[in-house]
Amino acid sequence: MADPLIRLEDVTKVYQTGDVEVRALAGVSLTVESGEFVAVMGSSGSGKSTLMNILGCLDRPTEGRYRLAGREVQRMDRNELAEVRNHVLGFVFQNFNLLSRTSALENVELPLVYQGVSAKERHRRATAALEKVGLGKRIDHTPNQLSGGQQQRVAIARAIVGQPKVILADEPTGNLDSRTSVEVMSIFQELGRSGITVVLVTHEPDIAEYATRVVVVRDGLILSDDRREQKPAIVPPLASQREPGAASSTSPTSQRGDPSA
Amino acid sequence: MNPLQTFRVALRAIWRNRMRSFLTTLGIIIGVGAVIAMMAIGAGAKAQVEAAFAAMGTNLLIILPGSSSAGGVSGGFGSQPTLTWDDLAAIREEIPTVKAAAPAMRSNQAIVGEESNWTTSVTGTSPEYFEIRNWPIALGTALTDSDVETGTKVVVLGQTVAEKLFGANSDPVGHVVRIGTTPFQVVGVAERKGQSATGQDYDDAAFIPVTTFGQKIQGGLSKYLSGQIFVEATSSESTSRALADITSLLRDRHHIPPNGDDDFSIRNLSEIAGAQAQGTDTMTTLLASVAAVSLLVGGIGIMNIMLVSVTERTREIGVRMAIGAKPMNILLQFLIEALSLSVAGGLLGVGIGVGVATWLAARFHWPMLIQPDVITVSVAFSAFVGVVFGLYPARKASQLDPIDALRYE
Repeated sequence: MADPLIRLEDVTKVYQTGDVEVRALAGVSLTVESGEFVAVMGSSGSGKSTLMNILGCLDRPTEGRYRLAGREVQRMDRNELAEVRNHVLGFVFQNFNLLSRTSALENVELPLVYQGVSAKERHRRATAALEKVGLGKRIDHTPNQLSGGQQQRVAIARAIVGQPKVILADEPTGNLDSRTSVEVMSIFQELGRSGITVVLVTHEPDIAEYATRVVVVRDGLILSDDRREQKPAIVPPLASQREPGAASSTSPTSQRGDPSA
Repeated sequence: MNPLQTFRVALRAIWRNRMRSFLTTLGIIIGVGAVIAMMAIGAGAKAQVEAAFAAMGTNLLIILPGSSSAGGVSGGFGSQPTLTWDDLAAIREEIPTVKAAAPAMRSNQAIVGEESNWTTSVTGTSPEYFEIRNWPIALGTALTDSDVETGTKVVVLGQTVAEKLFGANSDPVGHVVRIGTTPFQVVGVAERKGQSATGQDYDDAAFIPVTTFGQKIQGGLSKYLSGQIFVEATSSESTSRALADITSLLRDRHHIPPNGDDDFSIRNLSEIAGAQAQGTDTMTTLLASVAAVSLLVGGIGIMNIMLVSVTERTREIGVRMAIGAKPMNILLQFLIEALSLSVAGGLLGVGIGVGVATWLAARFHWPMLIQPDVITVSVAFSAFVGVVFGLYPARKASQLDPIDALRYE
């Protein structure tokens, strides 16, 4: 492929805190092809969050070039960056970052609101996205009525509803117990299989195992970059973990519904 | 993000903190309420004054004859007849800004009806008088020119006199009354005019042709018009012009040297009405500026609470930005929130202002006039206050760095 989805060329990021210059990224070059599932690993202070912010168009590099989906990001103004975040990217955060006292459906509709999609179409697509993550029956629940795993699934639905090219997940399992972590990761895995590019930041090696490629960052530089076979799904197909009767467009097994119903 | 949606988001944010929102808008509510109430009562008072002067007649000039001076005692205006019938004719014919002029000679006379009698002010005048005073006839007819020419013994009664002599809701037209010893036929009853600003009853009066007045009441016609002349100017703008023209005409006719005093005086009633209205205006302006200051304070309250709201919702702003909100989307969201707060306050204030004005008017029997344009201006002004004071917090929100906003605890 001539033009990869993500291409960082010698990207540096320098923060000025008082008189001290902090070199968070010291020249990172990275290309990610469409459909890859990349885990970015590193200890805290390694520069992985800065890398994530730059990849996510929340911040611009001090030096170097960043091309995303054929567009030069480092020259964009705030409005263009917002547009890219809206159309090309989907975010999943460690602390979910859902709007409180707002229903799951409305949270998921939010990116479409800024895309200017009509109310009817928004409702349809948001409902479909929630069904995809197995929350089709909880669209009216507000975040405080949902468990951590469910909240993160709403956040994933919100990330995918705008049909982005890349999903950026920043420690998505950081606030979840290991069982729900497995659930959430299997959703990412399915997304990866369906062709969406996933870039995931984590410091847990067993979470990184779900990825097809592991990039290790240390002191603002890429230490290693390994492609490897994806770990086979260690959980039964996702649908069986879902609420009984939840419809799914990703797994035919879920169509059975609840046998006791 | 379309405006309607932004508006819904704003309303929801306001509703979540309804107590706080209400307290914030209290400044605007009180400000607008005060403006509406004060303007309603001020305008009511002004309208009352204007109505009182309009009852006397519009664009009205009253010419009084000069004063007598005997043995060092000046008799006051009207004590010496200096106006002549020819003066009246000249005023009518020679001055283009004069629409109509009528003589008015007055005398208190007992009027004797079939069953009762009543003493009232009898005015000898001409048909123009009713036109000049905006005084239509309710029953029968007014005096006519031929009545004046031939000196017929006819009378037009005021409502009060008609009631005293014939009882309420009666039709006295055609009946005969006596004024002094002379029988007069009632030809008409004037419409009810009410009280003057000083409490005098306009309807306690009777009108007869000026010629009949001269013959039967004054006891013979004279060269002098021993009464007043009522003049109506063609328009309110031409009143002062008419006044100047009449003055020079009468000075000329009375052969008064350039440095001599006038032997008559002219009252310009529209000027008095204007001065009265101006006094009310000053009061209204004063009250309105006090209210404007409270609106300003209300605006600062809104700015304060919007700054709090932006700080509280920093994370939400960060999330919205990460998801694709442009700075303009965030700016509009908070601006519309401030605008909704201030307009809601303005509308509530209008309701309260109208309520208070109505209550005050009923309680103290004050006149009141609610002007739609005052309501529009008040609501528009509170919207303006909302935009002005909402702009800074909204701008602050839109300029947040998404990373900082997302990290904000």
